[in-house]
Amino acid sequence: MILEEFQQRIRAAVDRKAALRLRGGGTKDFYGGALRGEVLDTRGYSGIVEYEPTELVVTARCGTPLEELERILEQNAQCLPFEPPHFGAGATLGGCVAAGLSGPRRAAAGALRDFVLGAKLIDGRGQALAFGGRVMKNVAGYDVSRLLAGSLGTLGLIAEVSLKLAPRPQAQATLRLEAPQARALELMNRWAGQPLPISATAWREGELAVRLSGSTGGVRAAAAKIGGAVAADDLWPGLREQTDAFFAGPEPLWRLSVPSAAPPLELPGRQLIEWNGALRWLKSPAAPAAVRAAARTVKGHATLFRAADKSAGCFDALDPVAARLHRQLKTTFDPAGVFNPGRIYPEF
Amino acid sequence: MGAALPVVAALREFLPQRAILHEEEDTRPYECDGLTAYRQLPMVVALPETEEQVRRILQVCAALKVPVVPRGAGTGLSGGALPPGDGVLLSMAKFMRVLRIDPLARVAVVQPGVRNAVVSELAAPHGLYYAPDPSSQIACTIGGNVSENSGGVHCLKYGLTLHNVLGVRGFTIDGEPIELGGEASDAPGYDLLALAIGSEGMLFVLTEVTLKLLPKPQCARVIMASFDDVEKAGGAVADIIGAGIVPAGLEMMDRPATRAVEQFVGAGYDLEAAAILLCESDGTPEEVDDEVARMKAVLERAGATRMTVSRDETERLRFWSGRKAAFPAVGRISPDYYCMDGTIPRKRLGEVLAFIGSLETRYGLRCPNVFHAGDGNLHPLILFDANNADELHRTELFAAEVLEKCVEVGGTITGEHGVGVEKINQMCVQFGAPELELFHGVKRAFDPHGLLNPGKAVPSLARCAEYGRMRVHGGRLPHPELPRF
Repeated sequence: MILEEFQQRIRAAVDRKAALRLRGGGTKDFYGGALRGEVLDTRGYSGIVEYEPTELVVTARCGTPLEELERILEQNAQCLPFEPPHFGAGATLGGCVAAGLSGPRRAAAGALRDFVLGAKLIDGRGQALAFGGRVMKNVAGYDVSRLLAGSLGTLGLIAEVSLKLAPRPQAQATLRLEAPQARALELMNRWAGQPLPISATAWREGELAVRLSGSTGGVRAAAAKIGGAVAADDLWPGLREQTDAFFAGPEPLWRLSVPSAAPPLELPGRQLIEWNGALRWLKSPAAPAAVRAAARTVKGHATLFRAADKSAGCFDALDPVAARLHRQLKTTFDPAGVFNPGRIYPEF
Repeated sequence: MGAALPVVAALREFLPQRAILHEEEDTRPYECDGLTAYRQLPMVVALPETEEQVRRILQVCAALKVPVVPRGAGTGLSGGALPPGDGVLLSMAKFMRVLRIDPLARVAVVQPGVRNAVVSELAAPHGLYYAPDPSSQIACTIGGNVSENSGGVHCLKYGLTLHNVLGVRGFTIDGEPIELGGEASDAPGYDLLALAIGSEGMLFVLTEVTLKLLPKPQCARVIMASFDDVEKAGGAVADIIGAGIVPAGLEMMDRPATRAVEQFVGAGYDLEAAAILLCESDGTPEEVDDEVARMKAVLERAGATRMTVSRDETERLRFWSGRKAAFPAVGRISPDYYCMDGTIPRKRLGEVLAFIGSLETRYGLRCPNVFHAGDGNLHPLILFDANNADELHRTELFAAEVLEKCVEVGGTITGEHGVGVEKINQMCVQFGAPELELFHGVKRAFDPHGLLNPGKAVPSLARCAEYGRMRVHGGRLPHPELPRF
């Protein structure tokens, strides 16, 4: 009963006033703030608890390798629609949900949090709690399981998760077109307002790539409408995993989350745009304050995603009301502050 | 009215006379929401028109320790807007402006009193619409939808309110402005927007909502398929999903439901079938042709005895009209009906329907079923006469057993109507004491005085002890420290 071992570790840490660093495959150690505390390795609690393809739901333990989960889904012609990045071999489901990151299909299919149906959590008292469920619709109680998505393990150990799935699209095609940034932003937003089976978009250096996914007939008709040259599909995994050449180089990598129709952001460095304009990657030596201000001007926010020096903080500061709510929720879930201190904000 | 005076006097300092109701003849229309079995006259009804007025009302209530219950159109089915006898019913009915529609960014910014259907009407000239479509969409408001995380008949493909709201703005009980989410895809920190949606007015008061608009599918067609057995119809639902198809809508009605509906709207349903499925495909003409053919093949293999595909938009809407009118239709064949809202894993459908059938016999009450089959969300409708005290009592027992069965098979007591006052006892069955304690902790983080919609949505542990039907963990009753009544 490894779950009970987790509970004991957590209770012992509370007694000793020690911090715990929840960790799966460690593929996202680069993401977020400080890594503090003794490592609590979640990989021993692994495996699929329930998967019935006709329910479109899978329930699995936190240590389940993401790769293994995706392989099993693929055997049943299903997938995680939000295309989560692994960021290396050995990524686990628990880490994936705790990081809350989504891949190229996010603008079309929804974010990771949209697919979370339920979770089992071990809180900062060592209690195993169950929220949500394994059904599509559930409004009993506050939606705590979705709150956990992206909480970076600061609210508790996400022990099990139930996710909604989608069938794998029958057909896929990638098109490439020449377009300067402003024109590309306009095109992506216009297409997103039309009933087209666009499953991903990406722009950089004057070139716009569009991926179509759906029925064979639907993809063919949409390709004719969009135009451009047919290209290989191998662009998308490189964007999802950030193995693409764009992400190489020593400059800090910023993730700017902005309204999709926001105009081009004038910042030094290179930019790569995804999600119809809603996600802007920036490789730039610009001062953190300048990057954050640029995002805020268009009602977005900036995250210092990868950098050698993260002393200026990773995430945008919260307004005073949100900051107070964060502190109080943290205390509710983890009164002794044992889980991943400093991983999101330095103060908790 | 004496007890009302301090709060009325304080509200009069900044609200016009017409925005404060406290005479019984004026407050009577607010005594209940869509769940009419529960009624309570509010001490005061406040009808603010501006954000500043909302802020000040909340500050007054916080200072005087007066409970506040927000209300939209009052169409909710779980008593979430049941007024406080000793507090302020905060009607958001005057917040009915659509502030902005941005066709390029595909967002609508609206006030919470805007009706659901209005958003799609205003977005239509741009080829866009707002996807969640609860049956009450011509009357229910966006604020109410956000508070209940409302669904509709297209959730499997297009999601719930949760998936279609980008941001909200409002005020805490102390009158502090709160803004969660926005037009970007995400926000820094915890996903507080997820907590806010479906929080039943327990956390803060909404004053503005940013909605996601989707491109309207070019065309849609619906297949009406008949089955001679309810379980076969349930099997067909699993087969459709198993075949990798996500229908735009997938609904089931049993024969008692189709017969009630047919008299009322004449939707053209097969009245001999034990159950019918409505299975919709939408998209481009190419996609729809392709998908309808695949759906028909699956339904045929699953044992459909008859299939009709809508030929045009008029026929499609007629097929849906019966489903959308199911509740009022049932209201015509019985003096009263009680609508349940459990969700179950789809594969347990046959078992749960058989169980409901056995309860009909045991309690001597009829119970037609309409079912969001694609999402596993059941709406059994128990028919009864509220003037007959024994029937009302039997109905309550019947409903409680159905909801507890939903939990037992791995589902939930409420899929889209909310807990409100109605299902508060069943929350003790679905959750243990540690989860309920955590919910109370979440509530305290937002509303430390416990003044927003008190007594709803999350039961106190004492109440669960009184109800005496708590979930049992490993043979031990939860919270044994509490006295039993």
